[in-house]
Amino acid sequence: MIENSIVESLETLNNTTFLLKTHSPSIASSASPGQFCNIKVTDSGFPLLRRPFSICDIEGESVFYLFDIHGQGTMILSGKKRGDRLEILGPLGKGFSTEGDYDTSVIVAGGVGCAPFPFLIRKFDKNKKMLCYLGGRSKEQLVKYGLSNLHIATDDGSVGFHGTVIDLLKSEADYLEGRRIRIYGCGPNPMLKALQTFADESGIDCQISVESVMACGFGICQGCPIEASGGERYLLVCKDGPVFHSKEVRL
Amino acid sequence: MSEVDLSVSIGNLKLKNPVLLASGTVGYGNEISEFTDLSRLGGIVTKSLSLKPRQGNPPQRIVETASGMLNAIGLANIGVEAFIKEKIPFLKGLNAILICNIAASSVEEYVECVKILNGEELIQAFEINVSCPNVKEGGLEFGNDLRAVADITGRVRESTDKPVIIKLSPNVSRISQFAQAVKDNGGDAVSAINTLVGTAFDINTRRPKIKNITGGLSGPAIKPVALAKVFEIKREVEIPIIGIGGISDWKDAAEFMIAGASAVQIGTVNFINPNAGIEIIDGLKTFCSQNSIINISDLTGSYQI
Repeated sequence: MIENSIVESLETLNNTTFLLKTHSPSIASSASPGQFCNIKVTDSGFPLLRRPFSICDIEGESVFYLFDIHGQGTMILSGKKRGDRLEILGPLGKGFSTEGDYDTSVIVAGGVGCAPFPFLIRKFDKNKKMLCYLGGRSKEQLVKYGLSNLHIATDDGSVGFHGTVIDLLKSEADYLEGRRIRIYGCGPNPMLKALQTFADESGIDCQISVESVMACGFGICQGCPIEASGGERYLLVCKDGPVFHSKEVRL
Repeated sequence: MSEVDLSVSIGNLKLKNPVLLASGTVGYGNEISEFTDLSRLGGIVTKSLSLKPRQGNPPQRIVETASGMLNAIGLANIGVEAFIKEKIPFLKGLNAILICNIAASSVEEYVECVKILNGEELIQAFEINVSCPNVKEGGLEFGNDLRAVADITGRVRESTDKPVIIKLSPNVSRISQFAQAVKDNGGDAVSAINTLVGTAFDINTRRPKIKNITGGLSGPAIKPVALAKVFEIKREVEIPIIGIGGISDWKDAAEFMIAGASAVQIGTVNFINPNAGIEIIDGLKTFCSQNSIINISDLTGSYQI
């Protein structure tokens, strides 16, 4: 389950977002959408811990990851070259479920939160309609990779709807009416919180992929708790998630 | 090359090799068993068990620091009853040597936990955690108090015939005094060391990086401190020592044994490489072969000064 993988390419999608492609046949053949991998970004002891990344897409024996530079780990990863080696632990966690009775899949992504969706979209039933709601701070920071049927919102109004992606979703509620909808969300916590409330109020079935600091990524360190909805109980993002039903957790 | 005998004894506890997985870094064995063969290890030490289940601390519980990490998990665990019902059956099938780590907030609670678990044949020994830095009651309160450690050791000793190992805190000035108290009260061995108290702040928000404010520092950063503590105990007290603290590879493990450890536990490295234990056993074996060491136990305390 630790796969020594070769970097096939690393491209910049915009100033801050990178797309990493690795040759990882066993991960590619066993992963499902919404799962993640825990990547050791160097052979040395620094940084000490692995870094978790959503599986963005899979093509043949190649696995894609989408990431922003956040700290030293992602900084080092952004300097990788074709042919470099990465030791990747995965696939890990519980991904999206596409089962159920609905006719329209609605993706709601904020910033680099679009990461898990290209792979998910590949698995969608082609008979169902699919819409993507994408939000970002500005036109430059939108990451559209692998998405289609886009409805765009920016905080500064530089493109699309002026406001948050959840406000956009609400403003188009009429458009969504009459459909049997399943929402898949991923993005920053404030966005996910607003999405949870929206899904709850409109009675829409919704799954969210959440982020957390992690050490191991498979349940032994207990370092990534998330409060269960009932309270007084924690779930682990790495093992019980990272995808949860929106009613399952308190953000 | 002659065959190396990797077996070691810690009091009455016989292990097929000196490498154990440390409490809190192996859960109850099920998750990590997908990545490594637990039956090949010297043994595994469970996540601390308390009488009643504990939810643990709110997030954020961990943060990476230079060559280490801080954690304040807060002894999240399922409690002894659920452990017996839900985890023991799985662990039976693993064919792994099991040491149960116990945490409690009173002497009576330690004794009660041990009594409840004592009948489980699978449990080979108890490791008593008197040194968790991340809970309000118990934990370090005991670990810093010589009389409390003596009392807990004695009372647990009376409650079981199984080997009793006391896990000591490094957050004291003379750890050897605590090891002496363990010995004097019938403890079979000490585990040294638990984590060091540490903290980290975000310079922009000026807030602590973990919710509990302080946490336990582990990883390669603490190895020299841990080695010094093991060495101090070895020189001052005649008691078997299980060395713990920042072991990442077989060389670190050999170093701990040379400094005085009869066996070692590996912890933080499991988070990065869940198969590290097996790799360390293989590395130790090769090291012994190449150096004509027939019994690995001869390494223990073999320092030259």
